[in-house]
Parts: sequence; structure tokens; C-alpha cells
Amino acid sequence: MKEEMIFERLEKVFREVFDDETIKLTKETPSSDVEGWDSLSHLLLIQSVEDEFSFSFEMKDIVSMENVGAMIDIIKEHI
Amino acid sequence: MSFINLQKKIKNIQAEKPNMSLAVLGDVSTQFLKIALQAIGMDNDIILDVYESQYDVVIQEILDDDSGLYQFNPDNLLLYFSSEKLLDDFYHCPVKERTGFADNWMNSLSSLLNKISVKMKKTNILIYDFIEKDDGIFAGYALKTESSFLYQVRKLNLLLSQEIMKRKNVFIVSLNSLALEKGTENIFSYPLFDASKVSIKPDYLEELAKRTISVLSALRGKIRKGIIVDLDNTLWGGVIGDDGIDGIQIGEHGIGRAFLRLQKYLKEMERRGIVLCVCSKNDIGNAKEPFISHPEMILHLDDFALFVANWEDKATNIRYIQSVLNVSMDSLVFLDDNPFERNLVRTMIPEITVPELPKDPSLYVSYLRNLNLFEVTSISEEDSKRVSQYQAEGKREEAKKSFTSIEDYLKQLKMVSKYSSFKEKNISRISQLSLRSNQFNLRTIRYTESDIKRIINDSNYLTIEFSLNDRFGDSGLISALILKKDENILFIDTWIMSCRVLKRTMESFIINQLVELCREKGITQLVGEYLSTKKNSMVADLYQRMGFIKSEDGLFVLNIRDAK
Repeated sequence: MKEEMIFERLEKVFREVFDDETIKLTKETPSSDVEGWDSLSHLLLIQSVEDEFSFSFEMKDIVSMENVGAMIDIIKEHI
Repeated sequence: MSFINLQKKIKNIQAEKPNMSLAVLGDVSTQFLKIALQAIGMDNDIILDVYESQYDVVIQEILDDDSGLYQFNPDNLLLYFSSEKLLDDFYHCPVKERTGFADNWMNSLSSLLNKISVKMKKTNILIYDFIEKDDGIFAGYALKTESSFLYQVRKLNLLLSQEIMKRKNVFIVSLNSLALEKGTENIFSYPLFDASKVSIKPDYLEELAKRTISVLSALRGKIRKGIIVDLDNTLWGGVIGDDGIDGIQIGEHGIGRAFLRLQKYLKEMERRGIVLCVCSKNDIGNAKEPFISHPEMILHLDDFALFVANWEDKATNIRYIQSVLNVSMDSLVFLDDNPFERNLVRTMIPEITVPELPKDPSLYVSYLRNLNLFEVTSISEEDSKRVSQYQAEGKREEAKKSFTSIEDYLKQLKMVSKYSSFKEKNISRISQLSLRSNQFNLRTIRYTESDIKRIINDSNYLTIEFSLNDRFGDSGLISALILKKDENILFIDTWIMSCRVLKRTMESFIINQLVELCREKGITQLVGEYLSTKKNSMVADLYQRMGFIKSEDGLFVLNIRDAK
């Protein structure tokens, strides 16, 4: 799947999870920049991304992803 | 992701005034659970003020006299001991002592419960039971040895059950049952657990929260006490008035099995103390017949506190039932296969619970079970006597005349009836109506399809078919008339109508159309006849009600000139 497609779908997931239609992502967007991205919503984000792209994150990924770019790289590996 | 919706729901919960306090103590992460409980609570008019202990300090919170728990002093306490932590405890236990693991664990819990009861006498305690996971160490041998985790965790659940039977204010919410239904594999994720100590995937928390809130709701007094049931196509397949006792479907064969299952379910509910009543559109004799003479019926007349069968609208009948039972309307449940009846009752009586039964009778019981409408937190001997109490009372109250907004209800249904002479494609249906209809059938003359065809082609006859459509759907062809011309008299040879559409003003509508038709064709008299049978007493006075006059030879005559 093209990276643009992944990006678009990921952005949709972020908007759903954080209940914010205005969220705009870039690969560098760190977790600290997205309002509401705390440890709790991080987990919900993980679950939602897993549902959206039909794969499961590895445990080490869940704890280590610190920005959107890292997430996209992992998604690319799995689909 | 359904959990996200739960989160959205509680966005503004801070603005609401709490009406119940709940402390949640867990040895795994409870943050998502708290959100789910608050959201589902809101659905049930429960605004929760939740105290969440720090992660995994359950024992400390209970043993420390000055803990946050005791300062909070909640109405209710939820204890969540996870299988994951239990397994850890099991592995810490010396192998030699493992056969006593469940007993020892239960003893410790018993002491904790005692301590809580002393410090907070009025607090209700809810405990999640353990998911009976297999650690696989003993493989298939696990249940052949008392030293396996699987054996001990199953034993522990049993001990838990026995322990709380001694304690009036302690209840179990079965997490194990939920895991069985949804699949342990689905609700637990190792990566998620390792990363966050969240032991149940958030999407499954909605169902767990529902089952928890259900108990809290019952503790608040929201208890349902009675079920009012329709008969035709609800307790048996078919219509007793038309199909007769040999035609209805109930029993071990075919689709009768589905209805048997519902009857068994209702019978067990009755044994538990839930009151059963009948509310059916039928002649009372017909309605009672299966209970008396059908050998495969599970339910019998004495299972019902009240047996109401007439041609009144169901809202009126339900109000009567409620007044005799003298319980609040919101403690009653109404079961009916017919969406029209369900919606009528829902609209006229908003407080009563009307499950949206699935179309397939095979699914009635599982649907009802999943709705979990009859949560209960105490059962006494008196409950099972309650049914016979109602019967023994023998009160014959006058049916409460309800303020009839039935007319208004019918108006907003936006009923549309189309009519025409018999259409080719409906010959089969019309013949069926003619052969099967017993109740709304004025002369009970049976016509086969070829008879109908013949009549259509005979210029001495006029035929009219009526269909009915409303806001809820298309009822299709519901009435058929065959009229014989004789100079300027029109004789109603056949008038049959589906019983499902009675009390919706169709009868008047049809007569009005007939009158119009007569005027068009220069007919001066409309003549009808009623031939009495065992089953059609309901239409004995139909013509009179429609303004016809009984002549000496027993026929009913309407002079078109005088007709309204």
C-alpha cells in the first residue's frame, strides 16, 4: 500500500480516537504534539490502528513508538 | 472501535450530579474499566462517582484503616482480582502447597470481606470471578490433578460462589462467563498486557460494564417483575383462531421447537418468581384451548396470573393488567411478535419494556437472554408464591377505560389503503384467505383458486381487494370482498379480512368504499348476511355497527341513499 494511503487512513484514526477533526499529521509529529495523546489514549490508538489495518503490534512497538513516522514504518512492515 | 464511543459519552459527566458512589479496586489496570462503567451507568440513569485505587494496592486499601477507600466510604465496591495475578500467586506458592491453593486464597478473601463489612456496613460488594485460563503446564492432564492451575482456578470460582451465598451484600459478576461467550483469545492480548497491564481489551469492556451496571441497577431497586405475552406466533406458530388446535406449531417437531424453547424459558422465569400474564387478540375460548388440550404445550393456564384475550387494543389491556398486578409499569416486559403491536404499546405506554424480538422465532430466547432484563439481587421463597397470590386474590376489576388516544395514534400511523378488483397475481392469496379465515369471515364460503378465477370472469360479480400500508410497513393484501349484482341490489357474498388489522378502522373504510361504488353504479341497496359459525362470533354485529338494518329474513340492508 502506498504511503499516502496509509497516512490518510492513519489520520482518520487519529481524528476518531482524539475526537478532533482538525488533526493534521506529519511524519515528524511527536506524541507530545497531539493533544490528549497520553498513555491511556496511546493504548486506544494502538487498538484502533490494529483494527484499521488488520494486524497486531508487537509489544516492543507499543512501548517504543514516539512519533507518527515510527508508527507508519511499523504499519508498512506488516501490511 | 466501540470503546471510543464510550469515552465520548462521558465527556460531560463532570457537569452531572452523581447519584451513586463506586470504589474500584483491581490488581490490573482499571482506567478503561472506569470509563466504561461511567458510560454504561449514564445509559441507566446512574451517574457514578468513582474512586480508583492506585494500581495493584487492593490488599493495602482494604487492610489500612485510613485508606482512601474507607475515607471515600462508597455505596458500592468493585473488586477485580485478575487471573493473571492469580497465576503469579500460584507460581509463588510452593508446589507441595498447591493442592490447597484455592482454599487458602478463599480464606484470605473471606478475611478481607469481613474487614470491609466491619468498616463499611452498608456497602455492597461486587466481585469479578476468575477467567478459568489454562496455563498448559499439565496439558490434557490438568483436570486429573489437583496441583494444576486449571483445577485450582475452577475450584476457586466454586468456593467464591459458596462464600457469597453466606453474605447478603456480596455479589459476583461473572467475567468467566463473558470470556466463555466472547472467547478468551479475543478479550486478552499479551502485547497489550505486557505494555500496559490492561487485561481486557477495551472493546469488550462495554459488555462487562453492562453486566456490572445491571447488578448496581438492581441494587437501586430497578427490578422487573412480570412478563406479558402475546399468543399467536409468540407462544406458538400460527394463529389459533384460524389454524385451530391441530394447525398451530408447538412441540418437538419443526418450527414448533423454537416456540417450545420460549415456553420453557418463560416457565423457568415463572418458577423463579416472575409473574406471567397473557394479552392476546383472540376469542377467550380459542385462546385458552391450547393450554387446556394441546399435549405439547409447556405452559398451562395456572402459570398465568392473568389471562386477557379479547379484541380491545393491547395498550388498554396492559393497563388493566398492570392495575390488577399493582406493580409499576416499568417493572413489566411485553413480548409480541408483531411490530405494529409492539410500537403501539411502546408509544402508548413508554414506561413498559418492549423487546424488539427478532423475526426468527428460533432467536427469541437468546435475544431475551442477552438483554438480561431480569437482574435480581435477592430471591426469597415468597417470590415463587407470588404468582399464586395474584391468582388467589381473584379480583375482578373493571377494565380501566384508558383515555383513548388510540384515534390519534392511528392517525399518525399514516395508514394508506389501496383497493382494486381482484388482481391475477393475488388469486392465490385471496383463495388462501377464503380457505383459512375463520374469524373475520361473514359467510365462511370456501373458494379455491379456480373458483376465484371463475368469479373474476363472471360479469355478475364485482370483486374488491384491499391492501394496507402504514409507517411501519406494508401489510399487503388484508381484505377481500366478492359482491353479487342483482338488478340494483349488491349482495356481499364474501367479506374476509385478516385479523391482524382489526381495530384500525379498516371496516369503516371498506364500507365507505362500497357505498361510493354503489353510488357510482346506481345501486340502491347494499345487502349483507352473517352466517354464524363457532369461530366468527366477532363479526356477528358487524353490519349493525356499520349502520345496516336487519330485515325480517335475517339479512342486513343498507339503503345507499340514506348512507352517510
